[in-house]
Amino acid sequence: MSNPLHYAPRPLSLEEIVLSVVDHNAVELPRISEADVADYVALLKPRVMSLVVFTALVGLVIAPGHFHPVLAFTSLLCIAVGAGASGALNMWYECDLDALMSRTANRPIPRGRITAPEAAAFGTTLAFFSIMTLGILVNWLAGALLAFTIFFYVVIYTMVLKRWTAQNIVIGGAAGALPPVVAWAAATGSLSVEPFLLFLIIFFWTPPHFWALALFRSDDYARAGIPMLPVVAGPDATRLQILLYTIMLVVVAFAPWPLGYFDAAYGVTSLLLGGGMLALAIDVYRRREGREASRATRRLFAFSILYLFALFSILPIEVAVRAVARSIW
Amino acid sequence: MAGVTMVDKEEQTGIVLTEAQKRSRRRRSIATALALGVLVALFFAVTLVKGPAVLVRPL
Repeated sequence: MSNPLHYAPRPLSLEEIVLSVVDHNAVELPRISEADVADYVALLKPRVMSLVVFTALVGLVIAPGHFHPVLAFTSLLCIAVGAGASGALNMWYECDLDALMSRTANRPIPRGRITAPEAAAFGTTLAFFSIMTLGILVNWLAGALLAFTIFFYVVIYTMVLKRWTAQNIVIGGAAGALPPVVAWAAATGSLSVEPFLLFLIIFFWTPPHFWALALFRSDDYARAGIPMLPVVAGPDATRLQILLYTIMLVVVAFAPWPLGYFDAAYGVTSLLLGGGMLALAIDVYRRREGREASRATRRLFAFSILYLFALFSILPIEVAVRAVARSIW
Repeated sequence: MAGVTMVDKEEQTGIVLTEAQKRSRRRRSIATALALGVLVALFFAVTLVKGPAVLVRPL
């Protein structure tokens, strides 16, 4: 009687050996990518990138002194590519979560167009070249700040905060607020109060903007297990936090005018836009049920984008008007 | 003899890309070339703009 614990393989025929080698080779063959350029562009998060470029452009324009257009273009390009690198590395690390959420399931990695290692290599390469190019061609303060921004977004926000705390987007919002500071450093080679005012505006703008989105996407976040505030603390607590952060945003955005950093046109615009933002945040706080609540949240989300765009647009206009006035008188 | 030649031919063929794979690889190659071209042009332009000061990089 044979021992059942003893495994004696039967000898393979020549045909079976050849087939097993062929099968093995089939497994070992490198995957041939069919990824298109558009898939790699999608990895850069172009919409986020456009906001980064816009806020950085404002930082460049309001910086004092002359900055050569070629250097300004180089700075903007490096900041844009650095932001894109952050997006690609974010998609690499979060590909498991992206596959679970309807908002992100169509991204290149969950769709199978690009593998996670390909995205990681792409993001790392872009991050390296954007930092080095900004450092070598413009200045190393800007290069270091860009490196810190990418590090903060990828490591602190994506890898640590996002899956760990409901305050993820509050602290992580610092990464999105840094581009005007990087741009100012590129233009002047130093830092000052003005870029930090822009930083604070974006920093306090981020929570109402993202929590408004999270309110009508909370099912998505819950499915992926991301501890966004509406998932962890509930929609009512989120509505209160949106209102509180909006009040802080309105105050912080208005302060540069009385403090003498920006002009009256900015001050009046910030009051008008802040009034609109506050009214919509109050609306979100009051309407808590049904379609009306959903509509109020979507309105606040949409208006928050317009708010930041309009508020930051007025600063270069002020600079231009001041320059024209100087040339006339 | 003829059999050996056929085996050699098969080995030389290796991985055969589909038309879609070839097209996407070509587009990726062009995009990479353009990106490198932009990088070279950027360094050249900044060298012209900065002149001798190109080596002065304040911290």
